[in-house]
Amino acid sequence: MVIGAGMVGAACALYLARAGLATLVLDRGPVAGGTTGAGEGNLLVSDKEPGPELDLALLSARLWHDLAAEPGLGGAVEFEAKGGIVVASDAAGMAALAGFAAGQRAAGIEAETVDAGQLADLEPHLAPDLAGGVLYPQDCQVMPSLAAAQVVRAARRAGAELRTGTAVTDILCAPDGSVRGVRTAEHGDIHAPAVVNAAGTWGGEVAALAGVHLPVLPRRGFVLVTEPLPPGTVRHKVYAADYVADVASGDAGLQSSAVVESTAAGPVLIGASRERVGFDRTFSLPVVRRLAAQALALFPVLGSVHAMRAYLGFRPYMPDHLPAIGADPRAPGLYHACGHEGAGIGLAVGTGQLIAQSLAGKRPDLDLAPFRPDRFEEGNQ
Amino acid sequence: MRQRTPLELARAHPGPPFTVTVDGHETAALPGQTVAAVLWSVGVTSWRSTRGSGAPRGIFCGIGVCFDCLVTVNDRPNQRACLVPAASGDVIRTQEGVGHDELG
Repeated sequence: MVIGAGMVGAACALYLARAGLATLVLDRGPVAGGTTGAGEGNLLVSDKEPGPELDLALLSARLWHDLAAEPGLGGAVEFEAKGGIVVASDAAGMAALAGFAAGQRAAGIEAETVDAGQLADLEPHLAPDLAGGVLYPQDCQVMPSLAAAQVVRAARRAGAELRTGTAVTDILCAPDGSVRGVRTAEHGDIHAPAVVNAAGTWGGEVAALAGVHLPVLPRRGFVLVTEPLPPGTVRHKVYAADYVADVASGDAGLQSSAVVESTAAGPVLIGASRERVGFDRTFSLPVVRRLAAQALALFPVLGSVHAMRAYLGFRPYMPDHLPAIGADPRAPGLYHACGHEGAGIGLAVGTGQLIAQSLAGKRPDLDLAPFRPDRFEEGNQ
Repeated sequence: MRQRTPLELARAHPGPPFTVTVDGHETAALPGQTVAAVLWSVGVTSWRSTRGSGAPRGIFCGIGVCFDCLVTVNDRPNQRACLVPAASGDVIRTQEGVGHDELG
């Protein structure tokens, strides 16, 4: 049983069903009703330093390419292997970026340093005064809501069952603490030998139902949407080098750096802000103004373009910026697949694969130790 | 039979007309009219083609929600004709596709 029909829950359901396990997906809302429907659809390797998250991103990149190659699926989820370009505004930033890229190359990432002149060839509308950048051909993009819906559809074709509008109110546990299923408001008690917590930003609440602590916190992010623009206005995922530092920050205050990309439908998306303000859905004009100004610094042509709307989402933040993936030793039968912050769309498929391997008793493709859900308990640090 | 107009029905007494251009043609407009009202008053009901199939578009919702009535006014594309008040000397142009041919 999978709690959550966002991108991660969908991917877990797909690989569980394809592993031959009877799979039921529950969500209190619709498919992609939480953070999945409020992001940009980044499948990035470029923003990750060597380590377990990058390993998961590389595994996920392979799986996304496999999925995109399945009949009809790549087009349906608007999969684009467009590549990413990280740009630096000055020489010092460029040196830091080049150093970061060298570390990534050593870990197997394709990263080409490009000078200011080459930047203009790759992105004709980029500001002319940038110091240079790094091209990451492996960065890709999907339309996240479509991706979750299509992966759920593929999971159902493989035998999984989906129940939306079904809120889990409790997790049923045996006297020894092991998980026996869930209680729902709409469908009563549903028994299952294994429960996968794919509740994203709300994963901490689901964990608490089983009596275990998982420190998932909401980190708010705004995205600006422009009017549709001609194809080729923005060709890659383009972002400022500061973004990597913002993602890695543990500061609760506002961080923002421009992440600019076009979509198959035409509008350009402008992210990405991050701030820890709880589940506050209040629109913040200062934040989107700052995003717009930072996007203009990268792409001055956007100055003549309207922003039609903005939306916000709550990225599931973990204190060490790594998701919780795998079995929870504190509650046998409970598995976690949440806490991916702003990288969940990309990392979902690798996560789903690892969860399915764990449940099927196979050796997971990656060592799950860094993602252990109980790593925040005292004495486990 | 005399043709009835909304002006008569509302017993409106608008100020003196002014001139705008619609695709280069001088057209009379009244104070308070939206760009859409000006276009309709001269019998134009479609002033945009969609970016995918090139299908004609004009007013659909009329209240600023649907973004179907987009038009280029004074070189700014994607203005909602149903919301933008016409002003003296406005250069109104029908719009094809995204209206941003200078990009791409």
